[in-house]
Amino acid sequence: MSRVAVLAGGSSFERQVSLRSGARVEDALERLGHEVVGIDVGRDLVGRLRELEPDVAFVAMHGAGGEDGTVQELLEILGVPYTGSGVPACARAMDKVATKHLLLEHGVPTPPFFAFNQTAFRELGAADALPAIEERLAFPIVVKPSSQGSALGIKFARTAADVPAALVAAFSYDHKVLLERFVDGRDLAVSVLDGPDGPEALPIVEAVPREGDVYDFQARYEIGRTEFICPAELPDAVAERARELALRTYELLGCFGFGRVDLLVDGDGELHVLEANPIPGLTETSLLPQAAEAAGIGFDDLVGRILASAFAR
Amino acid sequence: MSPPTNPPERSTRRDLERYAGLFSSRTRVMTSSATRDLMAMSDRPEVISFAGGLPDTSSFPTDVFAELTARIADESCARALQYGPTDGLAETKRCIADVMAAEEMTVDVDDVMVTTGGQQVLDLVTKTLIDPGDTIVAEGPSYPGALNAFQAYQANVVQVDMDSDGMRVDLLEETLDRLEAEGRRPKFVYTVPSFQNPGGVTMSLPRRRRLVEVARERELLVLEDNPYGLLRYEGEPLPTLYSLDGGVYVMYLGTFSKIFSPGLRLGWVVAPPPVLARMNLGKQQADLCTSTLSQILVQSYFAHHDWRDYVGSLTELYRGRRDTMLDALAEHFPPQAEWTKPGGGLFIWATLPDFIDTSDLLAAALRDNVAFVPGEGAFLDGRGRSSMRLNFSNADEDGIREGIRRIGEVVKEQVALYGTLTGEPAQAPPRDDAVADSAEPAAGDDGGARVVELPRRDERDRRARRS
Repeated sequence: MSRVAVLAGGSSFERQVSLRSGARVEDALERLGHEVVGIDVGRDLVGRLRELEPDVAFVAMHGAGGEDGTVQELLEILGVPYTGSGVPACARAMDKVATKHLLLEHGVPTPPFFAFNQTAFRELGAADALPAIEERLAFPIVVKPSSQGSALGIKFARTAADVPAALVAAFSYDHKVLLERFVDGRDLAVSVLDGPDGPEALPIVEAVPREGDVYDFQARYEIGRTEFICPAELPDAVAERARELALRTYELLGCFGFGRVDLLVDGDGELHVLEANPIPGLTETSLLPQAAEAAGIGFDDLVGRILASAFAR
Repeated sequence: MSPPTNPPERSTRRDLERYAGLFSSRTRVMTSSATRDLMAMSDRPEVISFAGGLPDTSSFPTDVFAELTARIADESCARALQYGPTDGLAETKRCIADVMAAEEMTVDVDDVMVTTGGQQVLDLVTKTLIDPGDTIVAEGPSYPGALNAFQAYQANVVQVDMDSDGMRVDLLEETLDRLEAEGRRPKFVYTVPSFQNPGGVTMSLPRRRRLVEVARERELLVLEDNPYGLLRYEGEPLPTLYSLDGGVYVMYLGTFSKIFSPGLRLGWVVAPPPVLARMNLGKQQADLCTSTLSQILVQSYFAHHDWRDYVGSLTELYRGRRDTMLDALAEHFPPQAEWTKPGGGLFIWATLPDFIDTSDLLAAALRDNVAFVPGEGAFLDGRGRSSMRLNFSNADEDGIREGIRRIGEVVKEQVALYGTLTGEPAQAPPRDDAVADSAEPAAGDDGGARVVELPRRDERDRRARRS
């Protein structure tokens, strides 16, 4: 039995999801017999951790601050063991551009893209390069903030006329954005859990929008508008390849403990890695718990395994 | 760690699935969204929020509150702690008649039902009149809380455009014709004629008259939602739809929330007796009766103080805040932005160039610790994405100036970035779909008005200087 500080909340745009993840983790840890203290992460974080002297911290934070290596850095300084990926892996995974460069260098397929910061447009005339970019990527194009973890700020440009507004929207969330070739395909999520024999890919979850436009990204994140199928119905070879790519991505980024890799499978059965989440959601409707359940790992077991991995780093 | 002994089996996905199978189909429309999560960020104390529709309850004198509660303890403790009649206490209804008289309405207290806030009226009216798939006609934009209530009963909501004179009644008639041709007869028309939420505009007298006529001609019910009518900062009061109609086709929704306290949860509805009787049954099922304690607090307040004085002080306070916000908007928002100039109420509706999505803008604004409501929630058809609702009643004047300055900075950055991206000058011409009609249109001339959302910019400047 350990004294566990569950870190959740914070001030990222995914605060609400994180609070739900954290509450659920707290319940599970209590059932497992631990002494649990929930912390809504704020300015007093360091003071509270010093006062509390936990044996371990369970980081249930999503988005900026909690999933990008910031909180992990503080925990390193304080010498508190913690769950999940370390500072470098978090920093890389939360940066979609860095992730994609790493994947390309190692031959992992990811949709073609170009990335810019605002300076490129404001001071270097990058706007003049947009037609060339649009020609190379071909429409439709997806425009995303580099660091946002949820659907916020992801826009779909059908024609050149849509691109400037999509860029303005994406820059609302981050100083760096990417323009990415749209891959028409099915959304797959492969959760990865570290076990005694190293990282293990769990059954694949497919997200199917219930209604409407396949380009409506909001729908994919709204409860009730998306249906999740686990395990996803895929040819064995495709499923095997998806798990391989997910594990490869997880290892290249240096993730630890657990994580989730999002991919697309196109009409030809080709796979494309979109991004990795070092701290995927742990709510009732989140994908990692669904995948674990399908693998016969109940939520309490899942939380117990993630917690145990914190001591094995 | 020690193995758990018989851990309770809760919070598993299997459990969730079990509950999910029990949810009614109407809960499917109660979605949770990323934008909603974003809105939740505006609750942080360091955020200057123009998001809520909150009156400034800090302006209510605490000594008066202490006196009222002491008086209740002395004089009517047992009664205040007891159940009451479903339709409300008779004395409360007399207070309501008094409030309605202040807007030149005469009401028979038998036609009044006291409710748990105005929001309950929206629920009860919909519950009473709407079967799944029935049609309700509302303004566009509409109060999102009303849209949610309508959707909870699986109503089909059709929104009619507004301009600076409120709902375009000519378009309403066209819409009714179209619906009739499709074999759909709307059950009622929902409108906030005075200082509309979220639009901030007020329906002109000719349109009020015409709307009441249309209701009679077509035997159509109208739900007039009037929370802000007494919070008038300029101009002469206009007659309510209820007073023009005499309560035949117009149902009236009132509330103490904006003139006294939203914490009391005290509203009311006036409706034709057969409709009211049905709503009474609906209310019995919902909550038996409205809080007796709240009702007695209002009675005591009305009996020993002049409630009009407090409304007068709120009017003074909010007028100053509205003017401060209008001045700040003129100073800090770019020329491509448009906004309404409400003569009362709590809200300004601002519309930005259409390349700005106000949900995304909110993310950028929240980084600077300022919040507003993105316009998309006020429409059901994807419109409103470049608009925002700004509340001016809750923040003080320094907060208003600073908050609007911060939003203006973010908007200007986005306008400049867009200019850079498109190679167009940052000072683009105003939106061509948001030019406005005259602020004082010819009386009764609905047909000539253009489809617009807002007063023309130079007109607005002129009016802002005048105020």
